[in-house]
Amino acid sequence: MINWRTALLPPALAIVFAMLLSSVALLISGANPLEAFATMGAQLFHGNTAVSTVNLAIVYYLAGLAAAVGFQMNVFNIGVEGQYRFAAVVAAIVGGWMQLPPVLHVIAILVVAVASGALYALLPALLKVYRGVSEVITTIMLNSIVFGIVAFLINPEQFGVLHGNNLSTEEIAPSGRIPGIPLGEAGTLFGFVVIAVALGYGYWFMLNRTRFGFELKASGESKTAAAAGGVSAKKMTLAAMLISGGVAGLVAMPELLGRDYVYAMTATQGYGFTGLAVALLGRNHPAGIAFGALLWAFLDRSAVSLESIGIPSEIATIMQGTIVLSVVVAYEIVRRADLAAEQRRVGRAGNGRPASVAEGGAV
Amino acid sequence: MTEPEPVVELTGITKRFPGVVANSDVHLTVRAGEVHAVCGENGAGKSTLMKILYGMQQPDEGTISVGGEVVELRNPQDAIKAGIGMVHQHFMLADNLTVRENVLLGAEGLYGMGRKARAKLAELSDRTGLHVDPDTLVENLGVADRQRVEIVKVLFRGARIVILDEPTAVLVPQEVDALFETVRSMQADGYTFLFISHKLDEVRAIADEVTVIRRGTTVGTVDPKEVTSRQLAEMMVGSELPSPETRESTVTDRPVLRVSELRLDADDGDRSVLDDVSLTVRAGEIVGIAGVEGNGQTELVETVMGMRKASAGTVELASSGGELRDITRLGTLARREAGIGYIAEDRHRHGLLLRQPLWSNRILGYQTREPVSSGRLINPAAARQDTERVVEEYDVRTPGVEVLAGALSGGNQQKLIVGRELSGEPVLLIAAHPTRGVDVGAQALIWEQMRAARHNGLAVLLVSADLDELIGLSDTIRVMLRGRLVSEADPATVTPTELGSAMTGAGEEAA
Repeated sequence: MINWRTALLPPALAIVFAMLLSSVALLISGANPLEAFATMGAQLFHGNTAVSTVNLAIVYYLAGLAAAVGFQMNVFNIGVEGQYRFAAVVAAIVGGWMQLPPVLHVIAILVVAVASGALYALLPALLKVYRGVSEVITTIMLNSIVFGIVAFLINPEQFGVLHGNNLSTEEIAPSGRIPGIPLGEAGTLFGFVVIAVALGYGYWFMLNRTRFGFELKASGESKTAAAAGGVSAKKMTLAAMLISGGVAGLVAMPELLGRDYVYAMTATQGYGFTGLAVALLGRNHPAGIAFGALLWAFLDRSAVSLESIGIPSEIATIMQGTIVLSVVVAYEIVRRADLAAEQRRVGRAGNGRPASVAEGGAV
Repeated sequence: MTEPEPVVELTGITKRFPGVVANSDVHLTVRAGEVHAVCGENGAGKSTLMKILYGMQQPDEGTISVGGEVVELRNPQDAIKAGIGMVHQHFMLADNLTVRENVLLGAEGLYGMGRKARAKLAELSDRTGLHVDPDTLVENLGVADRQRVEIVKVLFRGARIVILDEPTAVLVPQEVDALFETVRSMQADGYTFLFISHKLDEVRAIADEVTVIRRGTTVGTVDPKEVTSRQLAEMMVGSELPSPETRESTVTDRPVLRVSELRLDADDGDRSVLDDVSLTVRAGEIVGIAGVEGNGQTELVETVMGMRKASAGTVELASSGGELRDITRLGTLARREAGIGYIAEDRHRHGLLLRQPLWSNRILGYQTREPVSSGRLINPAAARQDTERVVEEYDVRTPGVEVLAGALSGGNQQKLIVGRELSGEPVLLIAAHPTRGVDVGAQALIWEQMRAARHNGLAVLLVSADLDELIGLSDTIRVMLRGRLVSEADPATVTPTELGSAMTGAGEEAA
């Protein structure tokens, strides 16, 4: 049973609240909030903004899924950032070096990406399971280390090539690229969207229909109860961390295989952190994450349009921040209200009056 | 009228929780200088009533008067100001502080922290029989002394009326006697006690008056010298006295569980939590494990369940063919699949996923088995359907199977667990405190189901702190002390008192 009120009310409240708060910020900075919101809405109908928003959202969606897998097991994988960048550079190097027939080439690159992402998550996973080291600490440290690794690997002395002033990996041959979906003047949609949707469905199926997903959720909610039910928390932590890392490995793939074909020193960073916010916003639900990713990408793109009418682009950042904060608060409020309502409902069950203590009401 | 003035009067107290009336129209009158016992079954509403008197919860209806004046107790501070103190069943002491620091903590304003406070502490320690150096760390004290520290703490804050919530639950009989002596001498000094208990013998030994609570309401107040334990018990549970007794023996000679020389070392150091434990449970037999809590029962259960790894020894379980199979190396899931059902002692920690719906909880522990799972894939529809069956058969009071497990009351949660654990066609049921903290109705149902399952050849390993339950249900009782099975008792002849002394090692020394 999906409780629509519980699922949809909090994000709606959060968005309204964020709009109010950013209106205040807009008024203080001397701008007209209505004009700002109108510009943000209208941007979707100009040029290729809509498609580029979706393209960006695909990337955020993958990062959000990666974070959500960890959240299910109560693992806070801040390392999505490091894992995706490590996977991107390794996959770009291997992909540039490999010569394979079209479809196989793509598959090989994706496999390498997933494996490298998982590999980069392996160390924090092992440290957490066997030594009790918090994954938050280890993954944050690995996030900074990845910067050095990327710089080292794409140095011309190793695997890099110098294009003008920019260092990057070697270009991936056309056989290793994922063709885009051309939408005429609106732009070209990443072909990776198909894989992202499939991954979202796979994630839903895993959580709700497989034994593994059940064990993951159970262990995430209560390690002790899961242990009594025969689920090893260590195994689940390890699995959640590795799957999270593996999915994180795909984050850079839409851009790498659909647009850039090389991984450069200048490639965009920060997708991993966005993924955490998006997963939070979408409450770890595949559809919710998609919504969160789209919203986030939309706000990112808004920054540009706002600037063009002379409004500080930071307004978009303020909205993102307030949305995340208020969505967390709103979910908690609605959750408590629902629990209380449910307890009353339980109380009414049976004979239409509160059960007395002796009849099973208990204290 | 020569009777002393009532110091505490509760009139018409009613307290509702969502869906539950915990107290309804409770009347209680306590006179100065008496020991007033409040008796009732688990879940009858004693604790709620005491929480109301101590200001931890506010009544929906009714009044509280202390010393003749109506007071409103919004929090424990108000209660302390009114002269009411409470010694909780679970001590609220900081182990890493000294006795003096524990007593003074938060009450520095009364006597300062210097000589005056020391003198007061010495006086109160003397009065309560706490003969320890006030600079000893609390972690070095035994249970009985800790309890006295709690009493001193309460008195230090000026309490004249002391609530003792199940004070004897953690004590061995000798310590109970010592506590009672202290209570009597303090009573002579003019203190008033409210004594919460469900142990009738103790109530009859110490109380001047007894108020019985049943199903959240006061049934009556009696003089313990004029009633028998039997009469008191009947007041507590109503006319029909549910009895856990199993009549005819269904014990077969087919062993289902055989534990041999099981040892479990503590995580720290070289102590053994379990030492040389051997026991056999046969089909149709209930083997009860008696013991004061913390003597290894929890560890025994968790080792048999595979949640802890045995340091030595073997655990064997009968397979479907009947011959015993070594399961020492198997994990918890494999052991469950081999036919062990498990009712954990702490249902919130080990039994349920509180934030998941009931049907999801039906899957827990059975995620590899029909009907709820096909091995790798979960079948939510079948899980819902089977949960509805459990709800129906085990009388779980709920509006549906989509309700979160955390929204159910303790008794209904436990019925759901019992229903789940008996659904997987187990050959062995491990039941740890199966009726702890559940209401009388649920208790009767759980006993009934366990008896029925035993009749059908189920082997049961029962751990319980409720001696009546142990004696009533078990075919054999083994006594556990400091990680060892020290003696055996025949439930047909043993009395709770004898069992109690065996549990504390008194019997061992005599032998």
